[in-house]
Amino acid sequence: MPTIDSRIPEGPIAEKWTNYKAHQKLVNPKNKRKLDVIIVGTGLAGASAAASLGEMGFKVKNFCIQDSPRRAHSIAAQGGINAAKNYQNDGDSVYRLFYDTVKGGDYRAREANVYRLAEVSANIIDQCVAQGVPFAREYGGMLANRSFGGAQVSRTFYAKGQTGQQLLLGAYSSLMCQVHKGTVELFTRHEMLDLVIIDGRARGIIARNLVTGQLERYSAHAVVIATGGYGNTYFLSTNAMGCNCSAAIATYRKGALFANPSYVQIHPTCIPVHGDKQSKLTLMSESLRNDGRIWVPKKLEDAQRLQRGEIQGKDIPEEDRDYYLERRYPAFGNLVPRDVASRAAKERCDKGYGVNNTGLAVFLDFSQAIEDFGRDEIEARYGNLFDMYEEITDESPYETPMQIFPAVHYTMGGIWVDYELMTTIKGLFAIGECNFSDHGANRLGASALMQGLADGYFVLPYTIQNYLSDQITIPRFPTDGPEFDAAEKAVQARIDRLFAIKGKRSVDSIHKELGHIMWEHVGMARTKEGLEEGIKLISALRKEFYTNLFVPGTQDGVNVELEKALRLEDFLLMGQLVANDALHREESCGGHFREEHQTEEGEAKRDDENFFYVGCWEYQGDDDTKPVLYKEPLNYEIIKVQTRNYKN
Amino acid sequence: MAKNISFTIRYWKQNGPKDAGHFEERVMKDIPDDTSFLEMLDILNEQLINDGKEPFTFDHDCREGICGMCSLYINGTPHGKTERGATTCQLYMRRFKDGETITVEPWRSAAFPVIKDCMVDRSAFDKIQAAGGYTTIRTGQAQDANAILIPKEDADEAMDCATCIGCGACVAACKNGSAMLFVSSKVSQLALLPQGKPEAAKRAKAMVAKMDELGFGNCTNTRACEAVCPKNETIANIARLNRHFIKAKLAD
Repeated sequence: MPTIDSRIPEGPIAEKWTNYKAHQKLVNPKNKRKLDVIIVGTGLAGASAAASLGEMGFKVKNFCIQDSPRRAHSIAAQGGINAAKNYQNDGDSVYRLFYDTVKGGDYRAREANVYRLAEVSANIIDQCVAQGVPFAREYGGMLANRSFGGAQVSRTFYAKGQTGQQLLLGAYSSLMCQVHKGTVELFTRHEMLDLVIIDGRARGIIARNLVTGQLERYSAHAVVIATGGYGNTYFLSTNAMGCNCSAAIATYRKGALFANPSYVQIHPTCIPVHGDKQSKLTLMSESLRNDGRIWVPKKLEDAQRLQRGEIQGKDIPEEDRDYYLERRYPAFGNLVPRDVASRAAKERCDKGYGVNNTGLAVFLDFSQAIEDFGRDEIEARYGNLFDMYEEITDESPYETPMQIFPAVHYTMGGIWVDYELMTTIKGLFAIGECNFSDHGANRLGASALMQGLADGYFVLPYTIQNYLSDQITIPRFPTDGPEFDAAEKAVQARIDRLFAIKGKRSVDSIHKELGHIMWEHVGMARTKEGLEEGIKLISALRKEFYTNLFVPGTQDGVNVELEKALRLEDFLLMGQLVANDALHREESCGGHFREEHQTEEGEAKRDDENFFYVGCWEYQGDDDTKPVLYKEPLNYEIIKVQTRNYKN
Repeated sequence: MAKNISFTIRYWKQNGPKDAGHFEERVMKDIPDDTSFLEMLDILNEQLINDGKEPFTFDHDCREGICGMCSLYINGTPHGKTERGATTCQLYMRRFKDGETITVEPWRSAAFPVIKDCMVDRSAFDKIQAAGGYTTIRTGQAQDANAILIPKEDADEAMDCATCIGCGACVAACKNGSAMLFVSSKVSQLALLPQGKPEAAKRAKAMVAKMDELGFGNCTNTRACEAVCPKNETIANIARLNRHFIKAKLAD
């Protein structure tokens, strides 16, 4: 049985991290050079960790699947990054950011981790500004802020609608500085396919060189995965095409516990689906909800005329518009958290009030903002987003309201980690979106960038030393031992099996089918029957995968279809993991909504008596066997757990 | 409302940097014009796979115009022609006519060797970045972010330079295969901010030296680069780079 010990330091919450750092074990500079660390992923978490550890003197090997570290999907984050700076003098503080994050996560996050996150948030902004990240500024030269969902203060720093890009380029530049100095070695176009464990500790990886097609072995004293979330299990999501959960699943298959997989964030403001050839969904930044107002028609007949294309949104007079978020949640209005906004949109569309030909869209309207502030000001705030929307839909948001609909965006669940960000496998760490710890059941906007950089710059570089300090006498590992042999052989067998199927279907066609099952049965509103059906359908689809898949070409050289096939094999396992967790969690909280558990007004109904814990799943040796659940009880010392209220 | 179009797609196949390469063609029928260009290529690949053939290989990832991964030379223009500048992934089929032949090639430059089909190796950009595209500050040692005030105009201008996505369209468009627009955008971003000033001259020199070493050509001010830049970087950046470069040379 795995040990689930969160290892939260003693003492009052505001002193835990300071105490930890004061008493943790360190590695002296001479010894750091003798220690190797593998970091998989070069997004905000991976790049910042690689840069920081390299700068400290460790020897780092940093892997990514793209052609350059700068392509990681963190680059696509639009809106901003939260930090408790209180530059606006609006009453913000470390405590308030901590509180908002725990409440936004529907009281399912680990208190001590979130407090540390809020504590280091301010340093992130300092760090990024020093790197030359061009955050938006006011005329006086000070940094500008805006508001995001789930907060009543303005604590979000931003760089136009390209905050993720600018933060990632900052981390990338620090990383490349270390590459230049020789402390970090880069392995681009390399994909981790397995974890190598020696004597119970993570000691290396098997990676496929995506250019030559060869399997390669790499060893280290510790392995860090920073490989993002599993949103692409749903096929259509706002994730990049290459985003996958294979590194995380490889560690899960090797014994790392997977925590809270059912917590999937459906983002309320995405461009609606337009056809069955669509490859991905495009996010429209949450920042748009600062000035845009969300509505559907009050009258069903108006909605039906919109659906038939007989009228447009601008033809409906003000008094016939239902600004349903402002109506239901007067205190937060259009800035309610994402899960609340998404469910409210679904509720209206389910009742028939959708505004496009599929009936699956609501309006996000800027006409009043343009009237209040002028077109130039709105263009300065959101110009690039409006342009992107127009390029995709052929409609100008300056003239006609945007159409939006919820889409899978982010996954709060992930590999279970303790306070030190170490998984249940010794020497294996998980940072950024691929761990589970900070966002509970729902992540607030602009908090993903904060967490990625907090983990990479300010948390892992400390906590990993507590582990590495007793590894200094262990020499570098050869990669020809039996454990590496076995791991590589297993990966080769997996690849051979896929080529040998020689069926008729492409990877994408099966992935799309998985996506439909996930969206229909494991999506925004879940039921016991639906989830059970979903699990069965995925099992059947797995059979189809192993009997009817076609992977063209050979293992040598570039073979994109092989890459996708290996990832899809893992998405199938991931899909069932999400469904199993959702089935067992007989409550509604954050991104997990069970129709059986809602209030009379349709709000999520938590069950703190029975489900106030982290659900941790253990792999049972093969993909078809149901995983086993373990629990990490949550223990709140500071915050009083209560029903989330965004109404008043 | 979307309408359907049919056309011939002529795409480049090349098995590695040493292979001579050739075009292949396929007639694409009834493609909805609200399909993106890359989704159209997904459909092409689905058809090829269903015929038991190897699909056409190209780089792509975020499909939101920000990661810089996609890199196709379409009908003679990097990323294809749009009104306001966009990446390949933001190009939609409504920009094409029924019955036309669409030619797709890789970025062609000595510094970007072909890996397969239209997938090229742009690691030269990473090497230029590693030569000096950063401020050398240590993690955790930064002062308060508002301690240095930066005029909004400077911050905005730095932001405009910083939006370069490193796709390499500028190199592909340039008859000399110059990377000056890419290099100058990074140099300009950091030179415009107080944090980047101390190392500005050194940075310019190091990045230009690396660029020359890697086989990129010289800039002869043809402005082909800025015409195709999906993020609207301008050659004003190149002028700024030249100033810092001369300053560094004079100091030698």
